[in-house]
Amino acid sequence: MKSLGSFRRKFAPWNDPEAKPYISFENVTKKFGDFTAVDDLSLTIYNREFFALLGASGCGKSTLLRMLAGFEEPTSGRILLDGQDMRGIPPYKRPVNMMFQSYALFPHMTVEGNIAFGLKQDGMPKNEIDARVAEMLKLVKLEQFAKRKPHQLSGGQRQRVALARCVAKRPKVLLLDEPLGALDKKLREETQFELMDLQMKLGLTFVVVTHDQEEAMTMADRIAVMDKGKVKQVATPAEVYEAPNSKFVADFIGNVNMFEGTASTVMPGKVDIDVPADRITIRTDATRDCSTGQSVGFAIRPEKIRLSRKEPANTAVNAAHGELYDIAYFGDMTVFHVRLESGRIIKAASLNAVRTVEDPLGYDDKVWVNFDTDAGILLTA
Amino acid sequence: MNTTWSRFNIVSLVIGFAFLYLPIVLLVVFSFNESRLVTVWAGFSTKWYVSLFNNKSFIDAAWVTIRVGLISATFATILGTLGALALTRYTRFRGRMLFSAMIYAPLVMPEVITGLSLLLLFVAIGFDRGIWTVTLAHITFTMCFVAVVVQSRLVTFDRSLEEAAMDLGATPVTTFFKVTLPVIMPAVVSGWMLAFTLSLDDLVISSFTSGPGATTLPMRIYSQVRLGVTPEINAACTILIAVVAVGVVIASIANKRREVQKARDEQAAARH
Ligand SMILES: Nc1ncnc2c1ncn2[C@@H]1O[C@H](COP(=O)(O)OP(=O)(O)OP(=O)(O)O)[C@@H](O)[C@H]1O
Ligand SMILES: [Mg+2]
Repeated sequence: MKSLGSFRRKFAPWNDPEAKPYISFENVTKKFGDFTAVDDLSLTIYNREFFALLGASGCGKSTLLRMLAGFEEPTSGRILLDGQDMRGIPPYKRPVNMMFQSYALFPHMTVEGNIAFGLKQDGMPKNEIDARVAEMLKLVKLEQFAKRKPHQLSGGQRQRVALARCVAKRPKVLLLDEPLGALDKKLREETQFELMDLQMKLGLTFVVVTHDQEEAMTMADRIAVMDKGKVKQVATPAEVYEAPNSKFVADFIGNVNMFEGTASTVMPGKVDIDVPADRITIRTDATRDCSTGQSVGFAIRPEKIRLSRKEPANTAVNAAHGELYDIAYFGDMTVFHVRLESGRIIKAASLNAVRTVEDPLGYDDKVWVNFDTDAGILLTA
Repeated sequence: MNTTWSRFNIVSLVIGFAFLYLPIVLLVVFSFNESRLVTVWAGFSTKWYVSLFNNKSFIDAAWVTIRVGLISATFATILGTLGALALTRYTRFRGRMLFSAMIYAPLVMPEVITGLSLLLLFVAIGFDRGIWTVTLAHITFTMCFVAVVVQSRLVTFDRSLEEAAMDLGATPVTTFFKVTLPVIMPAVVSGWMLAFTLSLDDLVISSFTSGPGATTLPMRIYSQVRLGVTPEINAACTILIAVVAVGVVIASIANKRREVQKARDEQAAARH
């Protein structure tokens, strides 16, 4: 059997100009009174894609999902599903199923009853329903809990029932609103892989809402980063992390050191950025067009910064001197907070690749911070 | 906090409870009195109960009361539940505030006014007064109580249950009968019981709206009392008290059981 990864790597319909999107939002706006929850948003999602909507609380993720499920109508714009305009089609006639943030299990029905509910609505024959329910119970490993009521289950079990209930109908699209929000960290990680596995096995299209970026990075083929009802960037997890298109995205995903300055020298392929506030000059690859004198940003991840006691060879660019101000030990890695001479605090992370280090860095040690020209990213937005 | 009981606390408690229950205790005790005189104890007897059950006018009145109670409580529950649904669900129609307030108004409206206005209505439309007018009147005034009880349950009802049902392919009608109604059922049942008890002991509105052959038990008792209190009436009241008390006790035991069971289930689930 092929591994999940080998399939995933090849799956990239968004790069194929021929591929037809399965779900498209076209200039969708949703207003609640005067408040604009979703603002002129366009987005395409492909068949069999695992798509994550990521953003801070209140940025309109749930609203977007609810419009797709049919609980809210867009104020303007349209939503196409498999080429069909969804306007005016009630939730019970849409080929999408949703897993609710609160699970919304029917409290008066058993686990079996909950899973069978959707199948009964389709008028499926009794023996087929029984077979499908048994299959679903097996899938989510809840066979012995079939006769229990939701309040007799733990949080994780309830979540699995909710999942089984919406998967049972084999919808074309599964919408999951913070599916793992209520689980503890370990169960959460396990379930993330279960979800990915399920999605692959059944060949479904998943749209998952989350505000946990690690979760989005782990599971999704592509991530849409949202802010105040707008999509800021849609890209693969690696792209979003390594090549954010704006200060907002860079700041939102993962840890980052952000510098604001002006492009002082624009060379072929390289740009020098003056950051007077932090008394440092940054030389970086010119991944974006910019002109001399333009104010620009520069983002660099902590793990791409080197720390050393020794002075680097070139201290004119991409280097600064400071002292260790704080050390956060995470087991697998350590994050150092360095206070530069300008007072600015820089985060640098290093992997704890060996168990014991001779003469490790300690509090108040004088250190040099430096990085390569391709370590960070130039931001013009 | 001071947990010892001062003499003052004890005395006020005793007086308070005596004030509440002494009349009822006296009524029950004297229903078993041998003597015809209500104020003189002459030994234990159940003869007044026997004579009560042989008194046709009392038995007829009891039947009328029960029929009116069952029919009016049922219709009041249906209408009250629908009203509560409309008021909690369609939050955007004009004058919703007015309607919400109006559903509470009959709760505080003097019964005399409700009774009189219903009487005027029945006379105006030429509706012969009898058991049906009493039933209609009872539906009218108990409906609001049901609406209030059901409404208080509906405001905490998780709408996502209904959305989940529709998402799984259930039409709005199926959703109502398979999901909404079963979940709010306890409130609907309490509403029904409240309506039934209110109908059972209503005197004022019944007096205004009843006609020949439709005398309810409270009306019968009241008209008897005007001729003098007999131990028979004490017996009738004791039976009413017993019925209500048994109902209340059963309801609270069932409720308690459910809560205990639920807590136990939840603990068991948490251990998994
Ligand atoms: N029915 C409604 N009426 C009025 N405002 C609403 C309604 N539903 C959502 N909103 C507003 O729209 C905005 C977006 O809400 P939404 O539920 O989509 O946020 P979200 O991104 O899912 O947030 P969270 O991560 O907290 O779930 C919020 O500011 C919310 O207050
Ligand atoms: Mg949400």
